[in-house]
Amino acid sequence: MIYRETGQYKISYGADEQIFPIKQDRYVILAVLLFAFLVMPFLGNDYWFGAILIPFLILSLAALGLNILTGYAGQLSLGSAGFMAVGAFAAYNFMLRIDGMPFLLAFFLSGLCAAAVGIVFGLPSLRVKGFYLAAATLASQFFIEWVLTKFPWFTNHSASGVITAQKMELFGFAFDTPTSRYLLTLSIVTLLALFAKNLVRTRTGRDWMAVRDMDVAAEVIGIPILRTKLLAFAISSFYLGIAGALWAYTYLGTVEPQAFELNRSFQILFMVIIGGMGTIVGAFFGAAFIVLVPIFLNLLSSGLFGGAVDPGMLAHMEQLVFGAMIIFFLIVEPLGLARLWQLGKQKLRLWPFPH
Amino acid sequence: MVRGLLRLLVAAVPTLLFAPHCLAQANEQFIPLPVYKTGPVSAVGTGMYGGVIDYFDYVNKKYGGVNGVKLVWEECETAFQVDRAVECYERLKRKGSTGALHFMTYQTGAIYALTDRARADKIPLVLFNSGRADASDGRVFPYSFPIGTNYLSANTAKIRFIGAQEGGMDKLKGKKFVNLYIGNAYGKETIPLLEIQAKRYGFEVTHIEVPIPGTEQQAQWLQIRRIQPDWVILRLAGVQVPAALKMAQRMGFPTSKMLGVASAGSEEDVIPAGDAAIGFTAWALGPSGRHFPVVKEMYDLLYTGGKHGNMEDPNRVGSVYYNAGVINGILTVEAMRTGQAKFGKRPLTGEEIQWAYEHLKLDDRRLKALGAENLLAPVRLSCADHEGGSPARFHRWDGKKWNPVGDWVPTDRALVRQWVEGSAAKYAKDKGITPRDCAKEGA
Repeated sequence: MIYRETGQYKISYGADEQIFPIKQDRYVILAVLLFAFLVMPFLGNDYWFGAILIPFLILSLAALGLNILTGYAGQLSLGSAGFMAVGAFAAYNFMLRIDGMPFLLAFFLSGLCAAAVGIVFGLPSLRVKGFYLAAATLASQFFIEWVLTKFPWFTNHSASGVITAQKMELFGFAFDTPTSRYLLTLSIVTLLALFAKNLVRTRTGRDWMAVRDMDVAAEVIGIPILRTKLLAFAISSFYLGIAGALWAYTYLGTVEPQAFELNRSFQILFMVIIGGMGTIVGAFFGAAFIVLVPIFLNLLSSGLFGGAVDPGMLAHMEQLVFGAMIIFFLIVEPLGLARLWQLGKQKLRLWPFPH
Repeated sequence: MVRGLLRLLVAAVPTLLFAPHCLAQANEQFIPLPVYKTGPVSAVGTGMYGGVIDYFDYVNKKYGGVNGVKLVWEECETAFQVDRAVECYERLKRKGSTGALHFMTYQTGAIYALTDRARADKIPLVLFNSGRADASDGRVFPYSFPIGTNYLSANTAKIRFIGAQEGGMDKLKGKKFVNLYIGNAYGKETIPLLEIQAKRYGFEVTHIEVPIPGTEQQAQWLQIRRIQPDWVILRLAGVQVPAALKMAQRMGFPTSKMLGVASAGSEEDVIPAGDAAIGFTAWALGPSGRHFPVVKEMYDLLYTGGKHGNMEDPNRVGSVYYNAGVINGILTVEAMRTGQAKFGKRPLTGEEIQWAYEHLKLDDRRLKALGAENLLAPVRLSCADHEGGSPARFHRWDGKKWNPVGDWVPTDRALVRQWVEGSAAKYAKDKGITPRDCAKEGA
């Protein structure tokens, strides 16, 4: 009843091509953004910004990046965390070695570096597919980690290999409080998500989907496979690179290769699978699920059973419950949380009538 | 049923996340414990935090707290992941009537990530015999306390220990060492210092990296066999240690010529290696054994008569990690006493305990009174020195238990301080921090 598009006429091409053609969707998104930008800074505290929202946003961005590659272009990748590491270290080195480097430019350049590395490691995708490609991208994960630990130049000859991120300043304003860092992260993630949402509706995005669905057919109708696949690798790695730089600068404040190990790659891949392949909103759902549910379970279990049950035991139970939840969601909806969201919306269009 | 559960969840979330925590009352000191009882190093986490918790429990039960202030704590599982540790830190830092007393973890990665946050929040980061050596310079790192013997100090003690075994430091000339290290922050921290010492004492050192997770070391040990070193330093941790010991046995390298560091010298590290570990020597993070009066008393109070302390397996009471946990507990409680002597017998804030740590003084007499003689070396910290540079102790595995080898080995304070201050000064410059003037702050 509320969610119905009756009476919303599209009388111009512009209206027909909007990102969210339905008025209610536009309002919801606008409300969410307004809430995140204007209300949240007053509601949240250090804990919410520094431990929940910032990592959630950054991992959403990373999942978005991988979703472009895996969900839209159909290329399975296990090297996501490696590309994040490239971004983080590139940003560090740009800031370190070029005097007066504005950090936003450093982030952008670090994304480009990650994109370049992504193209190189995307080359095997022209020959190998599916699980074989996953194994090939796994190599990139190990190779990047190895390079960053092996050559001390990348860490500016730091003995421990862990380096502290530089200060972020823009026109004399230092981003040093959790709130300002949150707003910075949110702005970057919003812009990039908007860009991705538009990108997948352009010719490039449609090329990706054609390649994903059947690459031989795509080639026959004249889509350049080489360009399309490498572009997917480049843009996906660009996103991951920015996410890595944000992880180092706005979240942890340190740059170390161990933050971007194989487990992180898996985590991002699971976000994409659980959130929903080939959807933008799915990246956010997936990140929310993977990041927030374990913390929530931890809070819940210590709140409910704290003191009564041994915390070590509880920690294992939490993992058990989390695993069960993943299986549950995948059985109920193999296409991910985004699909559930979509089904919900379709049901709402009819509600309260049965059909 | 499902609805009921959902309703419960919906009701529970805001209460858990937003409600002011009314757990800690006025006369209670809240201490957060970022435990890691799951994950790759759960053996360390269960032992270490088990020791800490048992000691707090013991102080509460035996003395009714510290000068009447009861200790309360909350465990937060990190699974040894940096981001989970950061989450735990943010979650618990404002709990209790005075906020978190301090934040104690052995996760080097988390220490690096939390250094700036802790400084801003005025909550000391405390770790005993652990990493981030440059944080020993209290002028640049007012809120970091790597108390005891940091990794670099331990490293100088290790070279002196080898010197003693060889019959004098001059005998080290021309000897060949291999530094077998794990490729992370903890593994790499000692490389520059080893180079300096190699030049000074005239030995040759080859650094061989074991990539994480480090259970496969065939290539590294083939290389070691080619080098034919006089000593192999195992800068490994957890599962990597038995892997190294077994590989050494297969290659025919004598165990007596291998020396482990803190995270390689516990029961959990050598038992899986079986026979291959007999005769292996390592730096003792904490000495092993239940014969220390305080540990014995804790066992009697908490584990006998059908009672059960924090350790799932009571046999692990008195193990290396457990005792290291007890030492951490002692340092916490003694720092609280120091702080209470100045600020009054009430719960302390992070800022007050920071002052207390800087004025912490544990001499032989006090240690004896605590029943902790020989459990740890005397500790004395100051505004500039947050480490103390305590001497280190080594022990050898005989197949059943660790036996101490020799006496306490002093560390090379001058060398370590030089490196620490250089590194800290560089950090201060990068970060735009003006170091504190300790002379001005006086006593």
